[in-house]
Amino acid sequence: MAEAETHAAATPAAAPGPGAAPPGATPARGPGAALLSALVRRRELSIVLVTIAAVVYFSVAGGKGFNTTNNYHIIMQYAAPWAIIGGAEALLLICGEIDLSAGFVYTFTPFVLTSFYDAGATVPFALIGALAVAAGVGLVNGLVRVLFNLSSFITTLGMGFFLEGMSYIQSRGEPTQPPIGGGLQRVIGGWRWSELVWALAIIAVLQIALSATRYGVYTQAAGGNPLSAAESGIKVGRIKIATFVVTSLLAGFTGILDQVRVGSFDPTSGGNTTMFMAVASAVIGGTALLGGSGTVVGALFGALLLGVINDGFNLIGVNAYAFDVVIGIAVVVAMLLNAYLASLRKRALR
Amino acid sequence: MTGEAADPNTAGTPAAADGAGAGAEVIRVERVSKRFGPVTALRDINLHVARGEILGLIGDNGAGKSTLIKILTGFHRPDSGRILFEGTETRLRSVAHARSLGIETVYQDLALIDGLPVYLNLHLNKELTHGPLPFLRRREMRRRAREALDSVGIEIPSVTAEVGQLSGGQRQAIAVARSVHSDAKLLLLDEPLAAMGAREGTQILRLLRRLKQRGDLAIILIAHNYSQVVDVCDRVNLLQHGEITFDRRSADTSVAELLELVHAEYRVEA
Repeated sequence: MAEAETHAAATPAAAPGPGAAPPGATPARGPGAALLSALVRRRELSIVLVTIAAVVYFSVAGGKGFNTTNNYHIIMQYAAPWAIIGGAEALLLICGEIDLSAGFVYTFTPFVLTSFYDAGATVPFALIGALAVAAGVGLVNGLVRVLFNLSSFITTLGMGFFLEGMSYIQSRGEPTQPPIGGGLQRVIGGWRWSELVWALAIIAVLQIALSATRYGVYTQAAGGNPLSAAESGIKVGRIKIATFVVTSLLAGFTGILDQVRVGSFDPTSGGNTTMFMAVASAVIGGTALLGGSGTVVGALFGALLLGVINDGFNLIGVNAYAFDVVIGIAVVVAMLLNAYLASLRKRALR
Repeated sequence: MTGEAADPNTAGTPAAADGAGAGAEVIRVERVSKRFGPVTALRDINLHVARGEILGLIGDNGAGKSTLIKILTGFHRPDSGRILFEGTETRLRSVAHARSLGIETVYQDLALIDGLPVYLNLHLNKELTHGPLPFLRRREMRRRAREALDSVGIEIPSVTAEVGQLSGGQRQAIAVARSVHSDAKLLLLDEPLAAMGAREGTQILRLLRRLKQRGDLAIILIAHNYSQVVDVCDRVNLLQHGEITFDRRSADTSVAELLELVHAEYRVEA
C-alpha cells in the first residue's frame, strides 16, 4: 500500500548500481504510460476500473432503474456477504490456504444461535455462543491442516459437507424465524444499510492487519515461502490457524448478519454458492491462489463487481444462467491479468 | 541494534584488516567428534577463526563439511570435544541459542521471502513496530535497510523492490546483509558461490572482503571453487573423511596444491 510513494524516495541512495536502472526511471510517456505504471504498482486498480466500467455500462444499458437508491441497496445485498467472506478468504489465500467450508459456516451458524436461544440463553449470549462455535470450526480446520499436514482443500471440503448436514439436522430442513429482535437486530442486519457498514469496517480492519502489522508480513511470508519463514523463526502454523479462525468467525457472523436482514434462517442459503462467490471476489480482486501476496480491498471490489454484474443482468433482462458464464470468464481473465501485471513489474525492475 | 555495527566509519581497524591472527579468536573447536550410528562423520576436529578473518573450508562431498557447520550452528551436538566461543567453553544447545550468541548462517536456500520487499526481508521476524502498538514502522525499516546495505556496499535498485525480482547475486548479498545486520560475530556461509555466474560470484567475494575489513566479524566460507577460496580467504582448511588434513594460510598455498590434495586419492590410474 505504502510502496508506491517510496519507490521514488528510495532510488537516489542506490542509484550508482551498474545496470540497475531504478523502477520508474523510464520516463512516463503521456497518460497511457502513467496509467500502465499505476496498474503495475497497484493490484487493486485494474478491478476498480473494471467495476467503474460495469457501472457506466449498466447505467446506460439498464435505463433509469440502475441509478436508484433501491437498486444500490440490492447491489449491497449481493456484494456485502461476498466482500466480508472474500476478504477473509483473501488472507487465507495469501498464507497459502483456502476455506471451502466458509459458505456452510454461513449457513450453519444462525442455527447454532437458535439452539442456544432455545436452550434459554439471552440473545446476546446466544450470539456470542454462535460466533464462538463458528470460530471453533476455523480452529478445527486450522489444527487439522497444520498438525496432520492435510491440505486445506481436503480438510475444509470435509468440514463443508459436515456443516451442510448439521445445518439440515439442526433446522430439520425448514427455514425458521430469527429469534433476534429489538435493538440488537438493528445493529446486526436490521437497519437498511447496516450490512454495508459492517462490510466496509471489516474490510478496513483486515486490510490494515495485512498491510500495516507483523501479522500481515508473516501471512505473506507463510504463503510465499513457508520453509524460509520457519527458518527465520516465524510460527507459520500459528499464523495459518489464526487465519482459519478469522475466516470462519467472519463467515458465521455474515450468515447471521445476512439472514437476520432477510428475516429467515434458511438451511438452503449460503453453501457452495456463497463460498465460490467469496473466493471469486478475492481472486478477481487480485489475490493469487498461489499465496504470498494479495489484497483485501481488492476482494471488496471483486464482490462489488460481481454484485453489479448480477444486478445489471437482471435489469437488462439477461438470462440468469449467463451470469455464471460471465463469472467463469471473469475469474480466468483476472488470473491472466494478474500474471501479466506481475511479469510487467518484474520487467520494470530488471 | 544495528547503528554502530552498520556505520562504515567505525569499520575495520588496521590491525584486523591485516589478516590472519590479527583479531581476537571468535570460535575454537577442540577435538570435536561426531558419529551417526556406525558412521564417523567427524574425528578430532580442531579449528579456529578470529575476528576479521575468513577461513575457507573445502573438501569433497561427504567429507563432513555440513556436519561441522551444523555443529557450529547448534543444530547437532558433538559426541566429544569442546567448543570455545569468544574464549569461553560453550555448549550450543540449539540454533536459537547459537544465534543469540551471534552465530549466523546463510544457507544455500537463503531463507528469503520472494514476495516481500528487500527491507522487510532484512527485518524478517525482527520487524520494528510503534512501541506497544502492532503497527509496522515501515519508514524506519526502509531507512535502516538502506543504511545496512550501503554500509557493506550492496547495490540494489531499491529497498522496496521485491526480493524475487532481484538477481541471484543480489539475493545472496541480501541474505548475507541480513545475517550481519543482526549483530553477527561469526558468519557461516554454506556454498554461497554455487550456481552463481563469475560476475556475481566476484561481487559476493568483494562483499566478503568488505565485511572482513570491518574487522568485527569472523567468517567461515564453504566453497568448491578453489581459486575463489585462495583469493578471498586468509586461511584454508581441508576436510577429508571427517578429519582436517590441511591448515595453511592462503598466501602459502595455491589452487594447484589444493586440487592435488583433494583429487590425489581419486586419481584414475593410467
